[in-house]
Amino acid sequence: MTMVAEFAATAKAPAPTGPILAADGVPLDKKLAQVTRRARINAFLLVAPLLAFLLVFFVAPIFLMLRLSTGDTVVSTELPRTAAALRSWDQKALPDEPVYAALVADLKDARERQATGKIGAQINYVYSGARSLFVSAGRSAGSIDAPYKQALIDKDPLWGDPTLWVMIKTTSQTTSPINYLNAVDRTLGPTGAVAQVPEDQRIHVTIFIRTLWLSFIVTLLCMAFGYPVAYLLSHLPLRTSNLLMICVLLPFWTALLVRITAWIALLQNDGVVLSTAVALGIVDPANRPQLVYNLIGTLVAMVHVLMPSMILPLYSVMKTIPPTYVRAARSLGATSFTAFWRVYFPQTLPGIAAGGLLVFILSVGYYITPALLGGQSGVLISNFIELHVSKTLNWGLAAALAGLLLVAILILYWLFNKIVGIDRLKMG
Amino acid sequence: MASSSVTNAPSQAHVQFKDVQKSYDGKSLVVKNLNLDIQKGEFVTMLGPSGSGKTTTLMMLAGFETATHGEIFLKGTPINNTPPNKRGIGMVFQNYALFPHMTVNENLAFPLQVRGMDKATIEAKVVRALGMVSLSQFGARKPAQLSGGQQQRVAVARALVFEPDIVLMDEPLGALDKQLREQMQYEIKTLTKSLGVTVVYVTHDQAEALTMSDRIAVFNDGIIQQLSTPAELYEAPVNSFVAQFIGENNRLPGKVTKASNGVCHVALSDGSNVQALPINLAAGAAMTTLSIRPERVEVDPTSPEISNRVTGVVNDIIYLGDHLRARLTAGGSDNFVVKAPNRDGQRRLEKGQSVTLGWRTKDCRALDPL
Repeated sequence: MTMVAEFAATAKAPAPTGPILAADGVPLDKKLAQVTRRARINAFLLVAPLLAFLLVFFVAPIFLMLRLSTGDTVVSTELPRTAAALRSWDQKALPDEPVYAALVADLKDARERQATGKIGAQINYVYSGARSLFVSAGRSAGSIDAPYKQALIDKDPLWGDPTLWVMIKTTSQTTSPINYLNAVDRTLGPTGAVAQVPEDQRIHVTIFIRTLWLSFIVTLLCMAFGYPVAYLLSHLPLRTSNLLMICVLLPFWTALLVRITAWIALLQNDGVVLSTAVALGIVDPANRPQLVYNLIGTLVAMVHVLMPSMILPLYSVMKTIPPTYVRAARSLGATSFTAFWRVYFPQTLPGIAAGGLLVFILSVGYYITPALLGGQSGVLISNFIELHVSKTLNWGLAAALAGLLLVAILILYWLFNKIVGIDRLKMG
Repeated sequence: MASSSVTNAPSQAHVQFKDVQKSYDGKSLVVKNLNLDIQKGEFVTMLGPSGSGKTTTLMMLAGFETATHGEIFLKGTPINNTPPNKRGIGMVFQNYALFPHMTVNENLAFPLQVRGMDKATIEAKVVRALGMVSLSQFGARKPAQLSGGQQQRVAVARALVFEPDIVLMDEPLGALDKQLREQMQYEIKTLTKSLGVTVVYVTHDQAEALTMSDRIAVFNDGIIQQLSTPAELYEAPVNSFVAQFIGENNRLPGKVTKASNGVCHVALSDGSNVQALPINLAAGAAMTTLSIRPERVEVDPTSPEISNRVTGVVNDIIYLGDHLRARLTAGGSDNFVVKAPNRDGQRRLEKGQSVTLGWRTKDCRALDPL
């Protein structure tokens, strides 16, 4: 009887309106969080070492480097008075006497700290000739008298160039667009307006376009060549396909330099390819085409090097497509081509997308191959980044180029996600 | 597709296998000398254990495998060199093979599109086919959004939508649970009968074969062991394999002592003598295996017709509600199964009990020795 009463009581109890409580009265969601906290802490501790490593050696350097692209503090700390005086300059005409006076005073101090070369070098990145200008002005700063403006211009007419002052002003600011402008072949004119650099100095846009275009071609070629191989790999009996898989993977495991050197040996003027072609009479011996140290060499080697990155995701997707789909299509009346095109091919799209994205992103950042095989016409944007990092030491510009590349890839990735959907992607 | 007029002469089968052999490795035959005629509108099941050659036979008919020897005829025309897409045969695959990137409607439209039909016709036919399998509201879904039973129906509808007059089914119900499987067995049978299509069905489930088929071809070892109606197959198996494979069966090894007038006398290994119908005895063969269905054995037989009697000891009993299943040591076998109906007036068997068992001579078949 009591059991029945109890049952009736529970059955009649009003439906809970607030959060559901656990048996001990704690809200269920809190209880769940308590119970799973330990597991989450353990999981976090497991990844913590790698996370710390990545933060210190990967994320932080990237941020510091990218920070360089928006301006350096050299000019503003070494020329504090000039920087302050230029802040109110409207860039319509040459600065007035007080700015020149501030500059001379700053240069006197900088000369004592032996910093004029450093300042000059920094401004020289955006205004050629600035380095010697600053060094010699620093040397004679002690002996210059007012009016400073006239004295400096008399000493070197470049001091009367408004563009120089625009550059001094922009480099003395904490954030300046000048590196990004330079990265797309733009600069600041005498009045501070954005202008194209002289035609003979325009290079970055061309290289950017070439890099994206070449990556696109490499991706297409990898798809065209990789698809049949992946198809074969996934359809052959296991013994044969394993052997073939080793053939695909062997170059993947070989050092990049070795492979590139091999391509040089194959493609050079008296290399295997051209010698064979000449011997077969396909190529005129007196007029051998250039296959290496240009865009062709870069293209051939990149397609070869990146092929496994296309084949592996494709293979893994094809492996999961049972042969019954094509059989079903055939039994339903489709020709073998229709069965392939309408039933098999659409199911491999995630693999094509994954391989394509992988190859494209890898080839956009390709550096060693174009450096060794590219010659003049095969130089890519990474080579320019390297040039500015290790030769011209213009890290700001290098960072701006890298930043633009990163943005371009992120945009592509976003587009890809919109069109294909990143969740449909299947990597090896 | 009207089932009414069968214009073909009875001699011209809808599907005919003639001396067909198939080998994959050139060393052994998977299908050995297959001869099979299937009439129009017939539901024929190929039944057999895995590796018996039944699926290979089906695949040869569908065109995915080529016969190593022999000819396959479809309506009198040899089709050995006809590609699968030109055979006009509908097929339901084991795991349905619904195209995952297409909706149900697109799946059904596919065979019609590749036949170059116009849009309006395709739409009408798809709607009709979906209605046929009662899935009208599911046309816009992808196969992954359907339950197993619904996918199965879509697969059937897709195999029928282009109105083939022959449909092949390769263990189509294998992935479904028992209840759904039984329901689908009924639905497939009703649907194909009402459309009058010829069905060639492959399964390893004997209950399924018995339920659905007009005729069953029992495969073993690349050979059709027996081709007959379900009732005949169950009640008159021609050899030990068929007797064993279809339904439950008691096997009693024995020695033929005398054969005359369509009855043979057999001495069992425990010394008792019984009579049986000689079905599959090699000339002069002394050894035989007797086959008796458990439900044909009576406990404490009273009728004078029951001429064969042996005594046995009950080993154990399983209570199954409507009947009791007893395992006895009798007639030289320690696994002699008897199904005793659970009703009044029937003696309740107990473990260790000694009982008399009896059966009619016509229910006992002397088959090849195992």
